[in-house]
Amino acid sequence: MKTSKNLIYSLILAVVTLALLFFLEVNKAKYGMAYTVLTKGIILAVVAVSMNLVTGFTGLFSLGQAGFMAIGAYVTAIFLIPTNSIEEVYYMSGVSPAILTFKTWLESTPLWFQSLLPYIALTAGGLVAALFAALIGIPVLRLKSDYLAIATLGFSEIMRAIISSPQMDTITNGSYGLKKIQGFSSLIQVFLIAAVCITFMILLIRSTYGRAFKAIREDEIAAEAMGINLFKHKSLSFIIGSFFAAVSGGMLAMFMRSIDAKTFTVSLTYDILLIVVVGGIGSITGSILSSLLVTASKEWWLRFFDSPLYIGSFQVPLFKTGFRMVIFSVVLLLIVLFYQRGLMGRNEFSWDGLAKAFNKLKSKSSNKGGSKIA
Amino acid sequence: MLRNILRLEDITMQFGGVVAIDNLSLEVNENEIVSLIGPNGAGKTTAFNVITGVYAPTNGAVYFKDKLIVSNFPKGPMKKIYAGQNNGKYTTTIKKTPDQITKLNVARTFQNIRLFKELTAFENVLIAKHMRSKANWLSATLCLNYKEERKMREEALELLDILGLIDVKDEIASSLPYGQQRHLEIARALATEPELLLLDEPAAGMNPQETLELTSFIHDIRSKFNLTVLMIEHHMDLVMEISDRIYVLDFGKLIASGVPEEIQNNQTVIDAYLGVPDDDEE
Repeated sequence: MKTSKNLIYSLILAVVTLALLFFLEVNKAKYGMAYTVLTKGIILAVVAVSMNLVTGFTGLFSLGQAGFMAIGAYVTAIFLIPTNSIEEVYYMSGVSPAILTFKTWLESTPLWFQSLLPYIALTAGGLVAALFAALIGIPVLRLKSDYLAIATLGFSEIMRAIISSPQMDTITNGSYGLKKIQGFSSLIQVFLIAAVCITFMILLIRSTYGRAFKAIREDEIAAEAMGINLFKHKSLSFIIGSFFAAVSGGMLAMFMRSIDAKTFTVSLTYDILLIVVVGGIGSITGSILSSLLVTASKEWWLRFFDSPLYIGSFQVPLFKTGFRMVIFSVVLLLIVLFYQRGLMGRNEFSWDGLAKAFNKLKSKSSNKGGSKIA
Repeated sequence: MLRNILRLEDITMQFGGVVAIDNLSLEVNENEIVSLIGPNGAGKTTAFNVITGVYAPTNGAVYFKDKLIVSNFPKGPMKKIYAGQNNGKYTTTIKKTPDQITKLNVARTFQNIRLFKELTAFENVLIAKHMRSKANWLSATLCLNYKEERKMREEALELLDILGLIDVKDEIASSLPYGQQRHLEIARALATEPELLLLDEPAAGMNPQETLELTSFIHDIRSKFNLTVLMIEHHMDLVMEISDRIYVLDFGKLIASGVPEEIQNNQTVIDAYLGVPDDDEE
């Protein structure tokens, strides 16, 4: 009985979300900010969940996310720049002949193939990143904790340096970046791709392999004594995590329409790490929730701190450009102080959990005046 | 005839200048319960770590069911010392990793409990079933192995039931009482379907009552799962009660072996445990 009731709730939530997305899609002009925040939030949710898979569930402290996102973004971008404007994009140093041949070949493919191009582009970006992850995983995954973090951080910086180097000008357009990338057709498309990616990772974590990942996180020596091949499982998690980081990078490229190497600096990795920590290391729903919340408060809700505020004729001091980030940092500090394990800890969202939290809140407020029993 | 299931030959394990195990040879026969005893620091746990592939021995070989699973051909300065003793017996280095050895049906528990602390008792046992899973990661993710998954879950529940842990299956492992954590660790080891079970101080930290129960418990699981047990233990009543044979280590050297009665009356063993009275005193 109970499970069917929860299923109905989940279905209602899904329908409401879809309706909301439709509504936003239709009234795009009026609710531009909500549209942007939701798109960016859900794109970052994909990479946050992928980082959670590697860091929160397998216990590998990897900081290479931005590097893999860059790979995904550039591969996707090369797929999705319209062929007739490619010369225009590479106006400074010319296009590499390989890309030109590739683009003209893409042009000659059947129409159904071209309509699937965004999905193919994202998958291709993911696969290239997965290949890189497999290669650097061989030396890097032998390292533990902080050393692994430093090594992956180094990889991410090297990736960025290679992309912006003059030798790569004809492929990545160096520091000029790539422009005119084909965007998403609708908000629903973004959510659909994100939902598929996140569902896949949830299923992986709930499978027997996911349990093996958790075993490695808990105790490597015991996991090995249980017959779990450490290197095989660590690289599996690392490769799949990188794949989805790259897919998210590709989605970011499609969202922003133009990318350059500066988009993928270390600070992007820190933004994602922040989302994961705020949501709870080891909670997928926590990561999704927190990426939407963090994006919304960073880009939207805290905006009014940036513009001057007048009470009567008195101008409130401090309210000027950049003050929003100060408030944002204070909020983060408070969250870390009061929710040391993030908003969700290692728990996942469930209707029963929500009901429990709600009841607790209700009994707390009703007990406020009277004496507390037990 | 008794078939020997585990055989250690001339195992020496050096850490720098410290000789943790010195030329240890022992045999464990099928269906036996054999104890490895000795004062603290005698090298008992090191012996377990050599058998399970955590350490590569400096010299010697380990056979499991007459198959060579660990051996070392000494290199460098060690070669001078050991090459003569071996008479060219070990000419190759075989080093299996702990997970490969577990796959050969050798399971172990740890002296300081090493459960997956933040997972439930059920998940702890289920994880041990993972290595027998034939599904690859993609089919496991897409739930194509649902039959196998269901079977794994059933087997894990059955095991928890047999070991009397079914009521606490959804408890977080670290929240269980100490005795149950020990039981859970054994349940987890049994889930890997071992033929040889290595128990590292299963009674450590248990009260006399629990220790007494452990005796019948180990007998039970041996007959139920058709096991051979090699055990490190300090509780002498348990050791004498349960063991078919006993090996005694002191400072890495084997000082005695035999049935419990022989060991009880062996002067060297008594000396090792109580210390030799100093003649020069007075």
